[in-house]
Formats: sequence, C-alpha cells, structure tokens
Amino acid sequence: MNVRLTRAGLSAAAFFALAAPAFAADAPISAADTAFMIAATALVLLMTIPGLALFYCGMVRRKNVLATMAQSVAATAVVSLLWFALAYSLAFGGDGALIGGFGRALLADVGVDTVSPFAQTIPEMLFAVYQMTFAVITCALVGGAVADRLKFSAFLLFCALWLFVVYAPIAHWVWGGGFLARLGMIDFAGGTVVHVNAGVAGLVAAVVVGARQGYGRENLAPFDLAFAVIGVGLLWVGWFGFNGGSALQAGSRAVFAVVATHLSACAGSLTWSALEWARRGKPSVLGLISGAVAGLGAITPASGFVLPWQGFVIGVLAGGVCYWACTTLKQRLGYDDTLDVFGVHGVGGALGTLLAGVFATASVSAAAGQAGVSGLLEGRPSQLVAQAIGVAATAVWCAVGTWATLKIVDAVVGLRVNPDQEREGLDLALHGESIGL
Amino acid sequence: MKLVIAIIKPFKLDDVRAALEAVGVHGMTVAEVKGFGRQRGHTEIYRGAEYLVNFLPKTRIEIAVADARVEAVVEAILSAARTGAIGDGKIFVTPLERAVRVRTGETDDDAL
Repeated sequence: MNVRLTRAGLSAAAFFALAAPAFAADAPISAADTAFMIAATALVLLMTIPGLALFYCGMVRRKNVLATMAQSVAATAVVSLLWFALAYSLAFGGDGALIGGFGRALLADVGVDTVSPFAQTIPEMLFAVYQMTFAVITCALVGGAVADRLKFSAFLLFCALWLFVVYAPIAHWVWGGGFLARLGMIDFAGGTVVHVNAGVAGLVAAVVVGARQGYGRENLAPFDLAFAVIGVGLLWVGWFGFNGGSALQAGSRAVFAVVATHLSACAGSLTWSALEWARRGKPSVLGLISGAVAGLGAITPASGFVLPWQGFVIGVLAGGVCYWACTTLKQRLGYDDTLDVFGVHGVGGALGTLLAGVFATASVSAAAGQAGVSGLLEGRPSQLVAQAIGVAATAVWCAVGTWATLKIVDAVVGLRVNPDQEREGLDLALHGESIGL
Repeated sequence: MKLVIAIIKPFKLDDVRAALEAVGVHGMTVAEVKGFGRQRGHTEIYRGAEYLVNFLPKTRIEIAVADARVEAVVEAILSAARTGAIGDGKIFVTPLERAVRVRTGETDDDAL
C-alpha cells in the first residue's frame, strides 16, 4: 500500500462521481486482479501456517516444538477473527490521522460489490482478507523473541490486545490514509507495519519477559534445522504473494516487486553465508536461510518502488547488517531475542524502509497519468526524511504499546511459565503433548 | 557367567556383531548412548550462540557370556572395534549372577 494508490483512488473516485452518483458500486472489478489477489492471499497465509510454524519450531528445543507451532496456529485463528470483527475497520475504514473508524466493524457495508478506496479493482472483501494475512503473521512473528518461555494464555491475550493497540494504528498510519501516508512515506508491503513492528515488539518482549533459563550457559541448540529450512522455503515463495500482492493488481508492478524481492533474498542469503564462512570457517545452513529472510524483510518496504538491481543491493546490505545484529549486537547488549525477531525483522525492516527512500525509482511506481515516487538517488532527499520519520514513529509507538500490552497481560494471566514448566518443556507443561523420543 | 559391556564407536557395530557371531555368540542387546573419555567433543554455532557438545554418540553392547567363552568374546570385540584413534571405547566384564530364558524358563548356561 502506498500514497500513490490512495491519490489515484481519490482521483478515480472524483472521475466516477462526475460520471455517476454512486462511486463504489460503479468501480470496475477486474477478474485478473481478483484472481491474482486471491492467490496472493493464500500465499501469505501459507507463510504463517505452516511456513513460520516450521521455521520457528525447527530452531527451538525439542521439548518446545509443538508449543511453538501452536503459537502460529493460534495467532492465525485469534487475529483473523478479531481482524474481521473490528481491526480491519480501525486500520482501513476511515480517514483520521491516527486511526480509522467503526464503519467497517463486523464487515458492515462490505458487500458483494463493495470496493475499498485503497484497492479499486478488487472486491473490498478480498482486500480485507489479504490485509488480514499481514496482521496474522506480524502477531505470530513476535512470539519468536520469547520462545521457550511464554505462557500460551499470555500469547493469546497478547495477540488480541496488541492487534488493536499497535498493529491497527500503525497499519492505518502507513496504509490506511493516516499521517505517515500523508507525509509521503512509502512502505510497499510492510517494512514498518510488519517487520519493524514485530522486531521492536519482540525486543521489548524479550527484555520484559527475560532470558531463558540457562541462556549463555546451557546447550540450547535447535531441535532440527531441517524444519527451519522447509519453513524458509515456504516463506520465500510466500513472499511472492506478500510483496507481489501488495501491488493489489495483476500487472508489471507486481512483477517488478517479485523480482526485486527474489534477488534480495538470494543476495541476503549469500552475503550472510559469506560473512559467516569468513568469520567462523564454515557456512551454516542456518546462515543461508537467515540471510534469505533478512533480505526478504529488508526488500519488503521497497519492493514496488525499486529496480531489480537495487533489490539485489538491498539484499546484500541486509545480509551483512542483520548478520551483525544477530551476532555482535545481540551479544554486546545481552538480550535473549531467541529467534532473532529484532535482529532479522526489526533491523532488516528498518534498513529496508530507509533504503526505499534512497533507491525509490519513479518509473517503477508510475501509473497511468501519475508520476512515481523518487528517492535520494533520483534527487529527492525528502523521501529519505519521510522514511526515517516513519521508522521512528513506528518504533516508538510499538515500543510503548508493546510494553503497556505486556504489562496488562502479565497482570491478567502472567507472562512467563514457572521454572519447572520451563525445564519440563512447554509441550508437556502447557499442552500435555510431546513429539516423542 | 559374565555380563560383557562394550562401548564402541557406532559405525563399528556391524563389524563387532559379525566377529561375535564368528565366536559363537548369537544374542546381544544394543543401545545408542552418549559419552566421552579422552575424546573431545565439538562446537556447534547457531547464529551468535556457540555450544560445546561434550557428549559423543556411542553404541553400547551387552552380552551375557559363559565363563569359558569370556576371553574369546573380549578378543573378538577388541579386534573388530579398534580403529587406533581416540574414542574407540571400553569393554567391561562384570559378574552375572543369574540368567533366565523367558520363553522356556531355562536358567544360567542353558539360557545363554
């Protein structure tokens, strides 16, 4: 989502208003766009179930594998329902500077022919469910930072509250016509809304909940990285829907987004791997997949605004910077962000959002009659400033909102399992199940 | 009777089994275990976290042997399991008080 589509939407609305009194009912729904966006929706949902579930569960310890997967499944269920109940309306239904309204609560006025101003050529219902998949994965991502020690009840309640306190407002600011969109900030598919958000929330959670027992002393090695590789495969391919689908239309822009995305993933993977090979002597599989995810997260905000070669550059930078963040920075600051949600998504998303302001190339985002967005390299440093404001606003509100949400959750159900449960393992302690010997 | 317990490198199991068969041993119990002696572990690195893994995978074989055959059994295991590198394992010979075949109730030497 970006400002250009909003402006295009408003001018299209004005045109149709002249032609006929009711604009929503007359907007032409494109079969091609709709088909593409249904597929994109499915791809993004696949990223959470089972993509993220597999990626995450492979990296935790054996005794917590099921509990980790449960978080992805539960987040899907809880966030989806609350999204349609109210969060969609708050994010995309209304034109306040800070938050939407209640006009679309419980899908009121979203009928068979309704169209959102943010996606004129597809049914609004489809736009709503597509955006839902973004909310779902963002909430699911946060759990990774506090893996192996968060109560299931706490996770459920956290998702339910955080969706409204942090995600919906920020989605509104960036994509729903809120103040960041009006500032001209660009974020094609969620560098801030999804990645900075999840990353900062993860970091705050890791600090508030505290480190795992034995962190820094005991062997906390991953259960089975083969699962993680499979998970990243699903994420990588699913990202074609995440970034490609953010074009909201089946056309060249979606293709450019997909190609930039893919190149960034490749570049990120090899860069992280090369650094690790040089520094540690062996290129790990975990490094190959982590670098890919870093590249994917970083290209997310820039994907529909940059040329493929710029996607490659963003991937290289993300691979390097995120590798540093997950090793040196994390060790230096001493926090236990278990699955590196901040190091990969937070840092990667912030980096990519800023780089979008550097590389934005007008020809990529130009549409019929409307000039595209130019960044620093095309002589518009103001774009970089808007990006920085966007990252800062997201990070600050996310940090404050996450902290407050965690405090509430702690007061209601308690955040962390007790030491015996943590030692026994969450699968047995919280779910009464195990994956066997 | 004696219970011979051998800790060997896992890849040597088949050689040891064949050598024992050659000296007339037709039954054994095998378990996958972890352990270390003089052989050092290895380091695994996951992103920023480094873990020293002290325990190495080994295979434990238990054989109940009649006194007369103990020397032959120990010798068979030694020659089959030895590689000459650190970590080859150990053999323990412990006294065995009683043995019973579950199917028939035969005891001691008749159960071996």
